[in-house]
Amino acid sequence: MTRYLPVIVTAAVFALGYAICALQFPAFLSTRVIADLLTDNAFLGILAVGMTFVIISGGIDLSVGSVVGFTTVFLALAIGTWNIPPLLAFMLVLLVATLFGATMGALIQGFEMPPFIVTLAGMFLARGASFLLSTESIPVTAPLYGAISDFALRLPGGGRLSVVGLIMLAVFLAGGILLHLTRFGTNVYALGGSRVSTGLMGISVGRHTVAIYALSSFLAGLSGIVFSLYTSSGYSLSAVGVELDTIAAVVIGGTLLTGGYGFMAGTFLGVLMQGLIQTYINFDGTLSSWWTKIVTGVLLFAFIAFQQATLALARRSVRGTAAKGTTP
Amino acid sequence: MSFTLPRKGLPQIAAFILVLLINFAVSPQFFDLRLQDGRLFGSLIDVFNRGAPVALLSLGMVLVVATRGIDLSVGAVMAISGALAATLADTQPLPVVLLAALGAGLLCGLWNGILVAVLGIQPIVATLILMVAGRGIAQLITEGRIVTFTSPGLAWFGGGSILGLPVPVVLTASVLAVAALVVRGSALGLLIEATGANARASALAGIETRMTTIAVYVWSGFCASLAGIVAAADILGADANNAGLWLELDAILAVVIAGSSLLGGRFSLALAVLGALIIQAMNTGILLAGFKPEFNLVVKAVVVLVVLLAQSPRLSAIGVLLARRSA
Repeated sequence: MTRYLPVIVTAAVFALGYAICALQFPAFLSTRVIADLLTDNAFLGILAVGMTFVIISGGIDLSVGSVVGFTTVFLALAIGTWNIPPLLAFMLVLLVATLFGATMGALIQGFEMPPFIVTLAGMFLARGASFLLSTESIPVTAPLYGAISDFALRLPGGGRLSVVGLIMLAVFLAGGILLHLTRFGTNVYALGGSRVSTGLMGISVGRHTVAIYALSSFLAGLSGIVFSLYTSSGYSLSAVGVELDTIAAVVIGGTLLTGGYGFMAGTFLGVLMQGLIQTYINFDGTLSSWWTKIVTGVLLFAFIAFQQATLALARRSVRGTAAKGTTP
Repeated sequence: MSFTLPRKGLPQIAAFILVLLINFAVSPQFFDLRLQDGRLFGSLIDVFNRGAPVALLSLGMVLVVATRGIDLSVGAVMAISGALAATLADTQPLPVVLLAALGAGLLCGLWNGILVAVLGIQPIVATLILMVAGRGIAQLITEGRIVTFTSPGLAWFGGGSILGLPVPVVLTASVLAVAALVVRGSALGLLIEATGANARASALAGIETRMTTIAVYVWSGFCASLAGIVAAADILGADANNAGLWLELDAILAVVIAGSSLLGGRFSLALAVLGALIIQAMNTGILLAGFKPEFNLVVKAVVVLVVLLAQSPRLSAIGVLLARRSA
């Protein structure tokens, strides 16, 4: 039970927040708002799935926002200027992104460099590369884009669950299975617990590190595709600062930043929570969008403080039982 | 320290001179200086002047990194201080404006310090909170607009000059001098390095690691607010969205170039400033060479990687072996 406590708290806070929103604006209960919540946060959600793996393994990936920016510019140029068929362009960009992540993972592992600084360099590199491709906002007019944005699952009550929303749900489902039900997922938790012990258990630490960062960049590429579909354009400054929103979503979802602990469902709730704040601000109309940042910061602090408190309590109880064990 | 510095900082000094020489090769007027209205002008002065905000940030960051921490919030703190200074500048006397801006920076630093030292949150996460929320707070202060001011007193911090040198340069040099005097003239520097090298052992040895940690974050907040004042005074206004954006990364890069280990335990204030100047000289060089400014990020990424590779434990182990053999 205590294992699931952070996720339960996140779920409770989300339910409470949703209830407050719904009391003030009854329209919040319509499927239209719920479907839009999923569509508008699809790219953030996909990033957060990759980030969950990275953070549980004890690392951090600051490059994801830049990879999204690079992907949108690359796709716009590939489809519009170089006349590459969209699906082939998608595959190309996913390949580039995956290789990019694998290289970062290899550097982190091979040279024992902190993930924070390696992915920081990756962030500069990907953003710089997208600047070099183009500094202008390029519209994408491929027929496939129009077809995809027209398609949606109609929900009762007028909601339209778009393709990008469906992609996010699928990625969360696949990510959850990979993290919780496969050997790879278990190894990710082990890495976050202790790299040394994981290595001593005979698990290849290097191969897993490379795979985790490759996965994160692959999902960042996928998120870039979703972002490109969502905005029908490519811009080198898109998704600036999104890496922080992503980390915030994962932490609010109850994942421990020291690694070794967290759930995919928590991350999903963390993403929805940020979407909820944004939607509330849109509904209210008088609040400015910068309140999103402040409220996100406050929530981030509240959840980290809560984690620290539970950790301290857990340590105290461990120490308490240990002391009891030695006295008699 | 003044005797060991040249040998210790040799690669950085060589790199700085090399970048300057490349700039000179690209643009032959690079070293030209001229005196106009009692102030020196020229590309070289420009490097020092434009580099001042990042140099100030890196002076704060270097001590934080020395305690094995990191301060991601400096860009947001810059935005907060700049926003406060710009909004108050035309209605309040200058001392009030400065006190408010610097006070905000000190408070932000104190908040970070308490999160790290008292609540025991890892520095990346603790300062991430202010990095996310800080820009929102800055926008709250400016009410989402770009605030401009005309107060000549505040503008002096960006465009004024002392003895022919731009104020930001003099300000950075004096902060460096004061910090070096306080930190290296007393045992404080040693205590900071000890905290970074091994916080637990230092605490057992009687060092107030908690106070030391709080103090370096407060110092970093102070430096960030100074940088914010300089940046706001430079453009005669405050843009909460863009003031100090990405500068936290430049400051970290400057500290890394300075050879401070990100794992704490050693630092050099002078080399951190030199690191910031190297970055600025590269930026200026890229512009002078006629390349698009977009190249900046790629060049920076390559520099980070090269410096990190040079510093990485595995490579340095090989280096030590080679050095021993040759000695």
